[in-house]
Amino acid sequence: MTGFVRLYVQQFRTTLATMFQYRASLFIWMIGQVLEPVVYLVVWSTVSRNQGGSVGSFSTTEFASYYIVLMLVNQVTYTWIMYEMEYRIRQGMLSIALLKPVHPIHSDIADNVSSKLITLPVMLVIAAGLGLFFRAAIAPPLWAILLVLPALFLAFLVRFLLEWALAQAAFWTTRVGAINQLYFVLMLFLSGQIAPLALLPGPVQALATALPFRWLVGFPIELILGRLTLGEALIGLGAQAGWLVASLLLVRVIWRAGLRVYSAVGA
Amino acid sequence: MPVSIVPIASPSIHVRDLRKVYVVSQMEAGASAALRGLLRRRKTEVAAVDGISFAIAPGEIVGFLGPNGAGKTTTLKMLSGLLHPTSGEVDVLGFVPWQRQPAFLRQVTLVMGQRNQLIWDIPAVHTFELNRVIYRIPLEDYRRTMSELTELLDLGTLLNKPVRNLSLGERMKCEIAAALLHRPQVVFLDEPTIGLDVTMQRRIRAFIAEYNRRFAATVLLTSHYMADVESLCRRVVIIHRGHLLYDGELASLLQQFTSHKTIVVQLGDCTADMNKYGEVVSCEDGRFVLRVPKAETARVTERVLADLPVIDLLVEDPPIEEVIERVFAQEGP
Repeated sequence: MTGFVRLYVQQFRTTLATMFQYRASLFIWMIGQVLEPVVYLVVWSTVSRNQGGSVGSFSTTEFASYYIVLMLVNQVTYTWIMYEMEYRIRQGMLSIALLKPVHPIHSDIADNVSSKLITLPVMLVIAAGLGLFFRAAIAPPLWAILLVLPALFLAFLVRFLLEWALAQAAFWTTRVGAINQLYFVLMLFLSGQIAPLALLPGPVQALATALPFRWLVGFPIELILGRLTLGEALIGLGAQAGWLVASLLLVRVIWRAGLRVYSAVGA
Repeated sequence: MPVSIVPIASPSIHVRDLRKVYVVSQMEAGASAALRGLLRRRKTEVAAVDGISFAIAPGEIVGFLGPNGAGKTTTLKMLSGLLHPTSGEVDVLGFVPWQRQPAFLRQVTLVMGQRNQLIWDIPAVHTFELNRVIYRIPLEDYRRTMSELTELLDLGTLLNKPVRNLSLGERMKCEIAAALLHRPQVVFLDEPTIGLDVTMQRRIRAFIAEYNRRFAATVLLTSHYMADVESLCRRVVIIHRGHLLYDGELASLLQQFTSHKTIVVQLGDCTADMNKYGEVVSCEDGRFVLRVPKAETARVTERVLADLPVIDLLVEDPPIEEVIERVFAQEGP
């Protein structure tokens, strides 16, 4: 086990070194991470003001809180593994990873967590600034604060594993872009990014709840905003745990099948 | 041709009847053919490796030769666990490579001259440190190996420069070091000197010999540079179109396949009729290159010296490339 701890610590150092090589692009990337939710925020605040101060159960300032929290939740849970995997398989870089006596997913998780740890403080400062500017306010109950960390951790793991599994499509096709695109559109609508799920039609909400999407982004936001009862929160954590098991299985099955293809065809 | 497979008591690498068949879908030219291709692809089977067998003893350096597409890389990939064979058996250090057991992976390495494991944007030392934890190399061993590799490959300041700023040769040295940090007992080298200048090739060659000597590592090497093979490998395995053509000593291969010698005669000009002595390959500034049957070398040399105002004369074996080419041309024994 200590072997894995060392691996994660070393990967953190490596990721840090890499990120500091590209400070400018890191900065630009962060602007993007901030800009997207701010655009939604401005749009919905405007709609809300024109409708007399609220849309559905969201007031103008609640929209501000929602999208600022969304920015942070997205930051914690988002991955770029699909682009990465396609590149790796195309370039035959996977061969190098397969020669190593460790499953390549460990390096990916470690790299992902590392870059988040590095960017999170900056994002927190930005979030605080945006919160002041848009007069956002959140008042979650104490139990919700306690459940936020496990909820975020589970959301990250499930999102990471699902996207890692989907990224394995690169074993079968060199055009992962299409799958990628489909996934991102579903994610945009069903995870609560384009609009809070509570504002979407009933069937869409049901779909988002039945599929993993709500649990990856929408659920942790609702928890932080204090919009859930304790019972709802516990059901949410249960759903996340269920999806965790499912996504672990999925990773296992797809990885093995993918390797069979890779080792049959080569690259 | 006698294929000399000396039985090896406990080989590092043992390959028996290894085959790898790729299924390739054919694409035809033209729009209607492309449309048909959407519905049903024509598939053909290509045997990249077609039933080869050999064994390599611990500590041996073997040259693995063959023209492009002969199946060398495919074989190396099967031996290092990247590819499943279609059929046949492979045993490397007692493991079945494609099961990719960690204990196996910790004892082998594959260096591909055209693939990089070094992280591009940061100094190579980061990749080394990462490999240290991935292979669970104790810190002391790591330091010792690092200082040995630094000395042998003259890595010095290279380790702290971003990899993207290294020259091809410098990068290759670091690649090799990264691949050998865990001191593998079996080393597969696929074109380790490709694209490097002569000095760097020589350096890498000397290093491979030294690594083999110091750690008694088994080395299987492919290269298109015959100088690599000549200086490193006493034994060569030659494959062509997936078949084994030759397995034995390089020296006896040369013996068997050199039916001719080259005689270089320096005369005043190119006017003399040399055809009666042998096949004239070329003449430039009075420098004739003759090709004569091996058995007649002495007699022809004597006659040329007696008949002509010779300034200088040289008898040479044909270059090894030519010999190998002849082996391929024969398409097997």
